[in-house]
Amino acid sequence: MSISVQNISKSFKNKTALSDISFEVKEGELFGLIGPDGAGKTTLFRILTTLLIPNKGEATIANFDIIKDYKSIRNNVGYMPGRFSLYQDLTVEENLEFFATIFGTTIEENYDLIKDIYVQIEPFKKRRAGKLSGGMKQKLALSCALIHKPKVLFLDEPTTGVDPVSRKEFWEMLKRLQTKGITILVSTPYMDEAALCDRIALIQDGKILEIDTPREIVKHYPKTIYNVKAANMYLLIESLNIYKHKYSVYPFGEFVHYTDSRTNFNPEDLKLYLKTKNLKNISIEITQATIEDTFMELAK
Amino acid sequence: MLPIIFVLPLIQLIILSNAATFEIKNIKFSYVDNDNTSFSRELIEKFDASTYFNVLAKYPSKKIANSAMLKGEVDVILEIPLNFERNLLKNKQTDLAVTINAIDGAAAGVTNVYINQIIQTFNKKVHTTLMLPSNTPITYQNITSIPSFWYNKTLNYKTFMVPGILVLLVTMITLFLSGMNIVREKEIGTLEQINVTPIKKHQFIIGKLFPFWLLGLVLLSVGLLIAKLIFNVPIVGSLALMYLYTSIYILVVLGIGLFISNFTDTQQQAMFIAWFFMVIFILMSGLFTPIESMPNWAQILTEFNPIKYFVEVMRMVMLKGAGFSEIIPQLSKTFAYAIIMNGLAVWSYKKTS
Repeated sequence: MSISVQNISKSFKNKTALSDISFEVKEGELFGLIGPDGAGKTTLFRILTTLLIPNKGEATIANFDIIKDYKSIRNNVGYMPGRFSLYQDLTVEENLEFFATIFGTTIEENYDLIKDIYVQIEPFKKRRAGKLSGGMKQKLALSCALIHKPKVLFLDEPTTGVDPVSRKEFWEMLKRLQTKGITILVSTPYMDEAALCDRIALIQDGKILEIDTPREIVKHYPKTIYNVKAANMYLLIESLNIYKHKYSVYPFGEFVHYTDSRTNFNPEDLKLYLKTKNLKNISIEITQATIEDTFMELAK
Repeated sequence: MLPIIFVLPLIQLIILSNAATFEIKNIKFSYVDNDNTSFSRELIEKFDASTYFNVLAKYPSKKIANSAMLKGEVDVILEIPLNFERNLLKNKQTDLAVTINAIDGAAAGVTNVYINQIIQTFNKKVHTTLMLPSNTPITYQNITSIPSFWYNKTLNYKTFMVPGILVLLVTMITLFLSGMNIVREKEIGTLEQINVTPIKKHQFIIGKLFPFWLLGLVLLSVGLLIAKLIFNVPIVGSLALMYLYTSIYILVVLGIGLFISNFTDTQQQAMFIAWFFMVIFILMSGLFTPIESMPNWAQILTEFNPIKYFVEVMRMVMLKGAGFSEIIPQLSKTFAYAIIMNGLAVWSYKKTS
């Protein structure tokens, strides 16, 4: 096992940040921690990267214990904190060289690993890191986290605040890194990114709700979801919310995801009801549950 | 940043060394002469001739003179009583009333000494004139002390102040910079990234502090150069000894700075604490007020003041030419201080929270 976490708990003063977290990540797996802000993702990252000592529980990273072998862990993991934390007044090249040096390696030695990423920022290598754009900063931070060829890579919300194109590119880069045998633990508040992971853990209020592949997780969704659409979105949501048989109503892009509390639900009943509310162009179709639906259901 | 670090302290050195003086000159002197005789005029002339006094006004009455002092126009009023000359000749005794503005107590004390000196000289002269006409042999004897000011012959206050102010500047710059340094890394988040790397505590700390250590020594060099070239302060002792002491001394300051850094989360907090210590260190260093005149408990506290030792050593080496064996007490205390402070700082710096 590349990452093994057993019954980790951590609390700050009176506030519980993590309670009884356990999961395992196989070698070369891309594992996602999915949860809203304040779920405890960053705390978990800080514990696994030996920056924080848990109150309870054990964990090993690449078979090194996070308490006893913290020194070996620091040699073998790459960590990219959520906040850009490279030296803003050093240039791109200087940052990379600096991190290579403190890990006792050189840029040349592991250049093949970062090549794909670094070539994109190489034209700006004489520019100070603070002057880079958001997407570039992410690429530089990832390069710096990879420069010592880590066995495990920790990425704490790497795509928060990054534009959609850079986000897509970033995930493509992660996929490529995975093929090089690097285990990746990534956290994100974006549910659409969860589908790109091999396995995900849904986390909320310091507890893991569910761990499985994205495909399996959506299968766990207990109900049939209907895409409901009508001309007046606002009225539609309002009408559905006061419908006595509704189980859940969530706006989802141009549709509303609707589930019914009855087992013998007939969409035609709902259509009739909505017509009485003066809604036009009503369409109701069965749809696949998404991770977001599952998360909302589990988080209830 | 680098020009600021160098230029500002040097400007301070030049300005402060010229301005911060204990010499009292240009005392605003006035008098009320109720006698108007040759004796009283001679006394006033003595004051006029002195470089310390500016004889500004002669007031017709004490009352007007008092209101002038209230307005701040004069600092000293000398009142010569009626029959001053006659009493002096007849009774060989008379009184003079001196009023001194003592809002600045220290200055008033010094002024009083100056006035007494002038009056005594005058007194002596009167005695001589009085004795001469009679045929009796001169029995009047007087003991005169002739001071010889060692290590600073002309009592040039700059010679005394420049080494002290240089000490302050070296301390201030190194303390503030080191105190804010690691805190800054905490603020911008780079410390978190560094903490997950295998870099060792001591490597990181040396890496962070070495530039400031070097900076302190460069600052000392430039300061010494200014002391020599602009203020012509004598440098009697060995430069190597000064550098040896300073290199150890800066370690103490850096240790304190790092210690502050470890216990604060923002640069403001660090700055505030650094100022707290700096003000105490400066005022209790013996630079502006002699330690010997402090209350007992304060004198004990000054033992923990690194600036005190630095000021002592700089003055001893620069002005007296003290050698290695003379500064051993200060050197060994500073060395112990450096070990303790840096030990505490390294111990309290944690990569894991």
